[in-house]
Amino acid sequence: MKTKTLFLIAVLSASLFLIACPSSEGPNGGTAGASDEIPLGEFSSLTGTTATFGQSTHNGIVLALDEINAAGGVNGRKIHLYTEDDQSKPEEAASVVQKLISQNNVVAVLGEVASSRSLAAAPICQSNKVPMLSPSSTNPQVTQVGDYIFRACFIDSYQGDALARFVANTLKLKKAAILTDVKNDYSVGLASFFKQSFTKLGGTIVAEQSYSEGDSDFKGQLTSIKGAKPDVLFIPGYYTEVGQIAIQARDLGLNQPLVGGDGWESPKLTDIGGKSLNGSYYANHYSPDDPKPAVQKFVEKYKERFGAAPDSIAALSYDSTYMMIDAMKRAAKIDGPSIRDQLAATTGFQGVTGTVSFGPDRNPIKDLVIIAVKDGQKTKFLDMPPPGSESAAAPAAGSSPAPMTGTATGTGATPMGSATPMGSATPMGSPQ
Amino acid sequence: METFFQNLLNGIALGAIYALIALGYTMVYGILKLINFAHGDVFMLGSFVGFYAGGWAGRLLEGKGGVANASWFTFSVILVVSMVVCAAFGYLCERIAYRPLRDAPRIASLITAIGISFFLEYGGQFVFGPDPKFFPRLLEKKIFNFAGVTTTSYQLIVLVVALIFLVALQFIVYGTKFGRAMRAVSFNFETASLMGIPTDRVISLTFVLGSALAAVGGMLWGLTYAKIDPLMGLMPGLKAFVAAVLGGIGSVPGAAVGGLIIGVVDSFVGGSQFSTYRDGIAFLILILILLFKPSGLFGRTTTEKV
Amino acid sequence: MGPAAQPSGSGSRQRWWIRDAIGLAVVIILLAIVSSTIERIPIPGMAYYFRIIVLAGINVILAVSLNIINGHAGQFSLGHAGFMAVGAYTSAFFTFFYFNPYLIAHGGDSSPVLQNALFLVALLIGGLAAAVAGYIVGIPSLRLRGDYLAVVTLGFGEIIRVIVLNIDKVGAARGLAGIPNWSSFFWVYFFAWLTAFVSFRLVRSKIGRAFFSVREDEIAAEAMGINTTRYKVQAFVLGSFFAGIAGGLLAHYLAYLNPSMFTFIRSIEVVVMVVLGGMGSISGAVIAAIGLTFLLEQLRNVKDWLHLSSDPRMVIYALLLIGLMLTRRQGILGRKEIWDVMPRRKDVIPEKPDEEGEGKLDDTSGPPVQ
Repeated sequence: MKTKTLFLIAVLSASLFLIACPSSEGPNGGTAGASDEIPLGEFSSLTGTTATFGQSTHNGIVLALDEINAAGGVNGRKIHLYTEDDQSKPEEAASVVQKLISQNNVVAVLGEVASSRSLAAAPICQSNKVPMLSPSSTNPQVTQVGDYIFRACFIDSYQGDALARFVANTLKLKKAAILTDVKNDYSVGLASFFKQSFTKLGGTIVAEQSYSEGDSDFKGQLTSIKGAKPDVLFIPGYYTEVGQIAIQARDLGLNQPLVGGDGWESPKLTDIGGKSLNGSYYANHYSPDDPKPAVQKFVEKYKERFGAAPDSIAALSYDSTYMMIDAMKRAAKIDGPSIRDQLAATTGFQGVTGTVSFGPDRNPIKDLVIIAVKDGQKTKFLDMPPPGSESAAAPAAGSSPAPMTGTATGTGATPMGSATPMGSATPMGSPQ
Repeated sequence: METFFQNLLNGIALGAIYALIALGYTMVYGILKLINFAHGDVFMLGSFVGFYAGGWAGRLLEGKGGVANASWFTFSVILVVSMVVCAAFGYLCERIAYRPLRDAPRIASLITAIGISFFLEYGGQFVFGPDPKFFPRLLEKKIFNFAGVTTTSYQLIVLVVALIFLVALQFIVYGTKFGRAMRAVSFNFETASLMGIPTDRVISLTFVLGSALAAVGGMLWGLTYAKIDPLMGLMPGLKAFVAAVLGGIGSVPGAAVGGLIIGVVDSFVGGSQFSTYRDGIAFLILILILLFKPSGLFGRTTTEKV
Repeated sequence: MGPAAQPSGSGSRQRWWIRDAIGLAVVIILLAIVSSTIERIPIPGMAYYFRIIVLAGINVILAVSLNIINGHAGQFSLGHAGFMAVGAYTSAFFTFFYFNPYLIAHGGDSSPVLQNALFLVALLIGGLAAAVAGYIVGIPSLRLRGDYLAVVTLGFGEIIRVIVLNIDKVGAARGLAGIPNWSSFFWVYFFAWLTAFVSFRLVRSKIGRAFFSVREDEIAAEAMGINTTRYKVQAFVLGSFFAGIAGGLLAHYLAYLNPSMFTFIRSIEVVVMVVLGGMGSISGAVIAAIGLTFLLEQLRNVKDWLHLSSDPRMVIYALLLIGLMLTRRQGILGRKEIWDVMPRRKDVIPEKPDEEGEGKLDDTSGPPVQ
């Protein structure tokens, strides 16, 4: 009895200790957060089912922040990054974002890859008036949560439509089969918008099949697709599965071109898919062989630091970080509302993934590139300017001569934020 | 018709791997009445050992043409390495985590199994990194075409290797002294120990065998599907477990047939309009089978005594 | 109704509802006071702690409700996440598509009473839907035992998730965003209390004793004339009802739902809470649910303490789990309740070496006869 009671008391006191124990990095000060550092939060899926994307996001952010801090940070203040892992679970994402905001007092949040986690965390950022910039959540609903929520990537409708136009008008193929990742909101969203636009353009969907993220065997779906005799196979998935799908499709004698979205972009795509991906096309934000110095510098630095070429997610998170820092530099005060206003006013930001301006719905307006894959090489096939580009460019050109912020790092080659604050006419109206 | 045979073939190749994993479940359950939730993760471990051993072999063979030149010999060596590592892990698990709990309530061992499963999954993400790895091409791949039905040399290798191990296991269980001891222990633990059967050793060996078979499954999986990651054991593990129950838990041919059925069903459902329900349908079949024949296809019906 | 409730003789039986009504009033008043003050406690980062406290409350409901199925009735269920999903999606469906638009159309922002009433209705609908699911899952338990039942419940849980994944109306894989944020500390802890209260009442009732008899020896129970199938299904219905409520509370707290929140890993997490607390111990389930929620949050800091690049949190959790099972296999409290273990009047409590033998049927009461 005695030992059991002792054990119980030990367990209880241990948990009490853990509960009461203050976090090592308290809100004001602590080990690393000296008061002149700006706390920036990041939540990523560093473990769990989509960990590979979370890791890429994290790498992109770390790379960008290292450059920024080496160049003096924001007006002399360095950035301190607080990273939390949400294990690829929506409910964890909400908890860690709450932790970042109320324990680490972050002024802005970067994340998440998946729309599901972004959607779970966004209401918390919104109600705490902390701007959140998602590098790669494509679900349109994410930024609809509120005026503090931004994204740096295409939305599903834009990309799905662009790909449908590409297949129908450029490749001139009319019979498409779709293979969707049913567990993945990105894939489901992209597929539905592709289908919508493609049928509108006179194409037909001859087969619709699906798999679940993490599956390895797609032969059943592909066999049935083969039976439907499509001209083209649309796979709006992530590179982790696409490579395998390509191999298995070719094994089964399905030699039609494969088309996909920006989820394909990764060196691992061709590592695994190899020659099976010949004659495939996908949409991306940029082309890794783009001679633009910003792109080349980023790819080179990333390879040097992490030993592998970046995927599109790393590029997006890298750009997101610069966009956020750029907004901080322009902000009069380092707090949520000021940063939000400046972030919303971002116009003509020159990043790795293209020139970014935020529309009134806090979604970026940017170019889209179609990449062709052959023998493990990815080359730019086609530029697709955004449908509403002329209207977006107009106000930027005609706006008041606002002071241009300097290059972010002073090296000139890295992405620089040349944003033009539009004075009182901020797109979302200015909160007090 | 082509589609039908194509799906059947793909399903059998997939099911062969499920069968190998299911054998580990069925043997452990047969003896200890323990659902070894960590078994799917041992399968993952097998793949990763193969991955690292393959990389190492590749570097070793660099001067002689690298992995591209790898032969049956290298593949077999790596397979044995993977089996040995997994067998050792299985032994350690049994020794450290399950044996002290042998006379505890079964739920305690079950939670321990879940703990080990978490340990392997999260430890795997911690050590190997959570991003997927690409299994080295240890053998050359050829594509064959018979009247519209295509197959690859990998699928044939999976079938042959799985068949070899199934037959070997069948021989071990029904043709050797150890197998008899195993069956005796699974029939009645206490009586067996009273008859002088070293039950502890038999149980350890069962874990060793099961884990080695999971390693074979992991290697074959890596070879066919190329992509491996620390969470890969989750779904195949679950489906293999369903296969074991379906076939009648405790029965070696049952696990094999169960694995094949689940593989074929997976393949057909994947190709049908219900492919979005794929993860659910394996369970639906399981529930139906259990409702109408609770002991599974090959299982013995046991009557419970007061 | 506090823990002090002892099995009372028939003399006080007619007045039990008065005591319960008073207990209910006290709980509601206490919760109202606490919920109106707790968020204003001037601790830095209180919003975060508050969030964990609420999530811990939801976990308490889950653990205590699973304890009814697993601990009391001895039916091994691995499908709790499925019931939770049913409750979460059903209640969110009603608030999202009907109640919230209705409120907005009628200027309901100004009437918190109506909003809370509608929320309660939605929660109850969610709970009932989950109970129906529990009934459907309970039926196979008529025929299956032990691990087979575990597999079937696991399968049902996964099937429910896959079905939700295919319902486009509730967002399918995209998830359901924009659920009204109506959950509050008050509601979560009210239901946590209610679950524990019902559970305590149950243990001391005829049904509870029938549950125990099914757990201890099903065949013997049947031989004694207990309708075992009925009680097994009852346990499932009751347990899943509260799981559904917990799901509804979670949905309206996160304001977002996604099928990936309800995988069988989630069920396992709840099972771990129940086993860790001690199968059959209600206070054990409560302690384990709260303790594990806080422990898992605090383990986030380990990475910063050790300056690691990747997070060892879940590895530590796994090792703790194995360690705890090896050192204390019956869970923290075994089958006892916390006040049975607390050192009071030590001299009176006899030493009992055999922990497993406890919690069996009360000899004097005898099994209820149908």
